[in-house]
Amino acid sequence: MTHPKPKKLGAPKAVAPKPALRRFHQARWDEPVIFELTSEGQRGVLPPEPEAAVVQAAGDVFDNLPASLKRKTAPALPEMSQVHVLRHYMRLSQENLGVDLNIDVGQGTCTMKYSPKVNDQLARSHKLSELHPLQPVSTVQGILEVMFRLEEMLKEISGMDRVTLQPGAGSAAIYANIAMIRAFHESRGEGQKRDEVITSSFSHPSNAAAAKVAGYKIITLPPDADGYPDFEALKTAVSERTAALLITNPEDTGIFNPRIVEFVDLVHRAGGLCSYDQANANGLLGITRAREAGFDVCHFNLHKTFSTPHGCGGPASGACCVKKEMAPFLPIPTIEFDGTSYYLDFNRPQSVGKIRPWYGVTGNMLKAYAWIMSLGADGLREVAEIAVLNNNYLLNKVLEIRGASAPYAKGKRRIEQVRYSWEGLTNDTGVHSEEIGFRAADFGTHYWTSHHPFVVPEPMTLEPTESYSREDLDEYITILKHIANEAYTSPEVVHTAPHNSTVHKIDQESFDDPDAWAVTWRAYKRKLKKYR
Amino acid sequence: MSLKKIVYPYIPNSVPATKEAMLKAVNAKSVEEFFADIPDSIRLKRKLKLPEPLFSEAALVRHVEGLLSKNKSTRERLSFLGAGCAQHHIPAVCDEVNSRSEFLTAYAGEPYEDHGRFQALFEYESMMAELLNMDVVNVPVYDGFQATGTALRMAGRITGRNVALLPATVMPDKLSMVRGYIKPDMEVELVPFDPSTGLMDLNALRKRINAQTAAVFIENPSYLGFLETQAEEIARIAHENSAMFVVGVDPISLGVINPPADYGGDIVCGDIQSLGIHMNYGGGHAGFIASRDEEKFVMEFPSRLFGVATTGVEGEYGFGDVAYERTSFAVREEGKEWVGTAAALWGITAGVYMALMGPQGMVELGQGIMQRVRYAIRKLNQVSGVKTHFPNTPHFKEFVVNFDKTSKTVGQINQALHEKGIFGGKDLTAEFPSLGQSALYCVTEVHTQADIDVLVNAIQEAVK
Repeated sequence: MTHPKPKKLGAPKAVAPKPALRRFHQARWDEPVIFELTSEGQRGVLPPEPEAAVVQAAGDVFDNLPASLKRKTAPALPEMSQVHVLRHYMRLSQENLGVDLNIDVGQGTCTMKYSPKVNDQLARSHKLSELHPLQPVSTVQGILEVMFRLEEMLKEISGMDRVTLQPGAGSAAIYANIAMIRAFHESRGEGQKRDEVITSSFSHPSNAAAAKVAGYKIITLPPDADGYPDFEALKTAVSERTAALLITNPEDTGIFNPRIVEFVDLVHRAGGLCSYDQANANGLLGITRAREAGFDVCHFNLHKTFSTPHGCGGPASGACCVKKEMAPFLPIPTIEFDGTSYYLDFNRPQSVGKIRPWYGVTGNMLKAYAWIMSLGADGLREVAEIAVLNNNYLLNKVLEIRGASAPYAKGKRRIEQVRYSWEGLTNDTGVHSEEIGFRAADFGTHYWTSHHPFVVPEPMTLEPTESYSREDLDEYITILKHIANEAYTSPEVVHTAPHNSTVHKIDQESFDDPDAWAVTWRAYKRKLKKYR
Repeated sequence: MSLKKIVYPYIPNSVPATKEAMLKAVNAKSVEEFFADIPDSIRLKRKLKLPEPLFSEAALVRHVEGLLSKNKSTRERLSFLGAGCAQHHIPAVCDEVNSRSEFLTAYAGEPYEDHGRFQALFEYESMMAELLNMDVVNVPVYDGFQATGTALRMAGRITGRNVALLPATVMPDKLSMVRGYIKPDMEVELVPFDPSTGLMDLNALRKRINAQTAAVFIENPSYLGFLETQAEEIARIAHENSAMFVVGVDPISLGVINPPADYGGDIVCGDIQSLGIHMNYGGGHAGFIASRDEEKFVMEFPSRLFGVATTGVEGEYGFGDVAYERTSFAVREEGKEWVGTAAALWGITAGVYMALMGPQGMVELGQGIMQRVRYAIRKLNQVSGVKTHFPNTPHFKEFVVNFDKTSKTVGQINQALHEKGIFGGKDLTAEFPSLGQSALYCVTEVHTQADIDVLVNAIQEAVK
């Protein structure tokens, strides 16, 4: 066989430079809901069959089950072959962004940083994933050592004396801290008297909500004219009824409250305790600690500051760090080391008891431990410095965009995030912040506005962490600039966004109507039938 | 350490020249300017005292695997441990899906760029709804303990009452968490159990239930493994007294066991670890709460509820938050309890698991587990001095083995088993002294006849 001679072009054809904006289109598989993929008789996995001798010896295992407990018809789950289940979920995954795919600086307060793949791999080892929590401690010395070492590291990073890794997330850690605070006051006979918790409007809603669950009346400090929690309001709020101040610093504005010690002292003088929500710790690693500011307890989110992946909203992990006065109240068990081996201590009579089953979200503990080990003290400091540098770099660039502003603390530097406002742009164009976020999806990214209530009008909260390069930040700014420009020149494009996303504008009305909402496929089918 | 400036692989702008250029771009002499608001008195003036870092990935892997190698997993030992965390086979596709970057590294985006997460979690809710025969299921909470605490608080809010009646067989750890969680607004009272059957003492229940009772709670299967066969009667007693009937279930049992909705359950809750999630030394839990689709229930959920809706394009599904205004995200402390990051990835994983199993798989799996359990119970009862508690009550995957008639304690027997590479059942002597020298054993589809025979022989040896 003879091959034709290659054609001579002389030189490669040049690919034109990329345009300033990415020509993104998200995957749009137009995927049905999984129940529509069912095909009678297909199987996804086969459970192992018991041996004939087992079946025979067991006899009719339902013979002593009352009729009310015996299921008569198999659950109406989809019937699918394995490859079809896999393909369905692969498609759905492609219709989802994650840190690994986008410049995820838009989820302010969430600390969207790179979660190193090696740590995920390590945590998948059967030496962790297939451990049972009740195994003899001699067979789990490795994971207990990881947990103990991680606690030691977090003690140093916070300056506190003891740590529990039990809470399953940040809000659960807030709850664990307030439960310990309640136990502390009860132990001094002041449980009844101290029935108020003070927090601030820029702190995470769970500070208020979890304290309410724990039985407290909530007092919320508004921001003062400079964006700090109002100290005068604190003076009015503090009394012999104060159980605790739950506060964040910097708050979601990214402005560090320089009077934090005065806040803490004021509450302490009234006999209250102070709890530091360190969800926003990323810019402060090795810079300042809960201990120096005088806090009694604090918590970190391992899935934020310490890099463990966010998993679409968990599994997460919260670490409560406490001063020694609070240590008797820690959840059980604590992890101890007797000089030779690690063990679990359940004998803690003043403990608040259990906050969750067993010892916490161990996979995230291992990942956080590995992350800290890969950086060390200088590396953590570098994390903080670059996170803050990136944030102030982004701040300068955002302020150049027409219609954008950064309320409060004019001309001041910020720590690790900024709550911006598009109020100017909205007034000029009628385009709302939320719509700009939706339009960002057309360029392969997104952002989050703010928790409610929107104290800052038309909010946008950006937190660029240490994981993004200067080029990434520039690209993000290009996108925001482009959308702002569209708002001024062709607002319809923004109002009707997204255009290049998996789905189009979703009809919201049904979500708040009990007759129309459908939380499950069966409810959807039933309601359609009823009203058809 | 060398004096060379480290460039950190996870920190792109740690390249010194980039850092300099960016400082210049924002008119800062050094990063210190950004920290100007932090008073000197609270600055940390020294370096953190942390272990020397392992900069290379190779060194890190060597170190962490070295630590993990000190563990012996249930892949290397024969385990019969349960107590609410059970060894089940995890289909490969479950891990494949939850390892996908797009799911693993996403967080709280909008339905527009995170359509996949919303659909996958809506489908999880929907498949759970089929197992449970109920129309409302939440996006997962942290774990089954939390789900129980919230289900009871929901019952308290709906009825305006403040006492929850729980069976005395409930796991003490769970009781500890639930008690602490509902304490400010509700009290827990325990209803004793019949020592011969494990079942709730209905006379005691009738005596205790009154106009303060918000909820009667049972578990099916119970912590001690048996099925509460009087569930229908307990529902009747609860309803006659206008209390809610709240039921905790192990969802993996629902291929063969009736869902609580069919015997009067109003709110159903539990843990989904059994549905395709590795035990992770107790770190693999997530909780569910389910109810009928009635406004009075739906408006009391603290969690997110993802619903389906139309979009601007025909034939396209959109998803979003149902009744968002009830949440603490919307109205802070005025919301129902609180909502935050919990365990969404495990919800997606459990969805994959249910889709793989399908109706037939759930039936076969449930039946197979019950057959193995009954085989194990029969074999163990043949060992001299060994008997299982509650012999006439049906069990699902756990059961209590008693060693009173042997001369050995559970501790001694478990030690002997451990020396043979077997993790015996959880020692119940501290939690339930009334059960004597007893241990809680768990048998699932991962156990073969040979595994069970090995256990029985080892126990026979141990009690000699």
